[in-house]
Amino acid sequence: MELLSLRDAVARHVHDGDTVAMEGFTHLIPFAAGHELIRQHRRDLTLIRMTPDIIYDQLIGAGCARKLVFSWGGNPGVGSLHRLRDAVEHGWPGSIEIEEHSHAAMASAYAAGAAGLPIALLKGYHGTDLVEHNPNIRFVEDPFTGQRLAAVPALRPDVAVIHAQRADEDGNVLIEGIVGVQKESVLSASRAVVTVEEVVADLAAPSPNSVVLPGWTIDAVAVVPGGSHPSYTHGYSDRDNAFYKAWDAISRDRDTFQQWIRDNVLDGESP
Amino acid sequence: MSDHTAQEMMVVAAARALHNDDVCFVGIGAPSAACNLARVTHAPDITLVYESGTIGTRPTVLPLSIGDGELCDTALTTVSVPEMFQYWLQGGRISIGFLGAAQIDRFGNINTTVIGGYAAPRVRLPGGGGAPEIASHSEKVYVIANHSTRTMVEQIDFVTSLGFGRDGNGRRRHGLKTQGPALVITDLCLMEPGADHELEVTSLHPGVTTDRVRAATGWDIRIVPEPARTPTPTVDELTALRHLYAATDRAHGGDA
Repeated sequence: MELLSLRDAVARHVHDGDTVAMEGFTHLIPFAAGHELIRQHRRDLTLIRMTPDIIYDQLIGAGCARKLVFSWGGNPGVGSLHRLRDAVEHGWPGSIEIEEHSHAAMASAYAAGAAGLPIALLKGYHGTDLVEHNPNIRFVEDPFTGQRLAAVPALRPDVAVIHAQRADEDGNVLIEGIVGVQKESVLSASRAVVTVEEVVADLAAPSPNSVVLPGWTIDAVAVVPGGSHPSYTHGYSDRDNAFYKAWDAISRDRDTFQQWIRDNVLDGESP
Repeated sequence: MSDHTAQEMMVVAAARALHNDDVCFVGIGAPSAACNLARVTHAPDITLVYESGTIGTRPTVLPLSIGDGELCDTALTTVSVPEMFQYWLQGGRISIGFLGAAQIDRFGNINTTVIGGYAAPRVRLPGGGGAPEIASHSEKVYVIANHSTRTMVEQIDFVTSLGFGRDGNGRRRHGLKTQGPALVITDLCLMEPGADHELEVTSLHPGVTTDRVRAATGWDIRIVPEPARTPTPTVDELTALRHLYAATDRAHGGDA
């Protein structure tokens, strides 16, 4: 683990053409890191996220993505992700390949990746048309009972990027609250970059069972206070629901979207 | 109390279908409003589970997303997302799965994926999320949706989540032991599956006629011979629901 600036962490560990998982299930979404990918003009990325959320709407609209692997592509409680829709419906700013799953399958696929398994098995995908459109959803027979089970390939990203509450000086990272698939995405990936609210002398994990990722499972830690905004960091900030609503109007139109990216991302300083 | 909107009637009717001992997997939007209305009125001990991993949550404002901090702060416990789907949903711990729908057909199949073809959709909707497995693993599924010919269609464009399949026998064919859609709550009526699994209108909301339901349905809808009349929302129900919405508006920075 190295303690780096966000700019250096992204420059060193996220490359054009990579398969990237920037996770955080509504909570702890690594927005600042996403913006840094846009600033560094990453291209041809395969983006993996259960819920693309505004972070991937921004990366897709900014032209960073070649493919999206996902399971629910809306603006939670608000409606559409307009940049994702524009890419799928009209090929703007470029065509995007999609690989669509259910949450249950993607969560299991991360867990399988973390466990070093080639596939994830689940009781799932019963009677859904997703099966006809995604060749990565298949079925196998349980050799013991003969039961038919759904199988999807394990997720093995080149790099996982997450946000967390804090790290200590050895890069051990504490995650609290809705922990989502933070641990699984890091342990399934070849490399891991973590942004944190702060680095502290003592991690002060509140319980022996706290979710802690040892520093030796992580490649780079960058201190980015507020790095999950407009998502949130339990114990540090609240979800900016007003921004999630405002994004609907900002993102609906290509020009207002591009202006927002110029004003808030491209013209901004790298942390 | 007659001073209520059709949307309020829909949420109140949905809340009434939930019980104190239910373990409910809650979707965002109207399902969340209904589940929390039940919790603050007649079902104080209902267990609400959101797919973000929060179990036994008791939010005082309605969450905008399935992962708002309010859900975690007020939960009995919060588990990881793989654990949520593997142990709690797939493991058979959920009595009611509560889903919304962009399109629904006569057998309770749900589309939340695309309008038009999949490869080049006219409208790309958010997709399935947790719904495909909520639909197969919850003991019963309740669906809440506005009643119109856009929503209630003869053929849905895409089966995201299985009801009874396009021929009514899909659950049997897939070996599912769970019941599937048990109740569809709309702003006009309640529907339940008949013996052959086709939805039938069993209760009309106040002031709604059978002709109006037929006109708002994209197939030749069955209506039971003497449909019940859904009781008008009580003062207590409406007060509690409006209080929830007002608290939510304030918390989310207005214009919810």
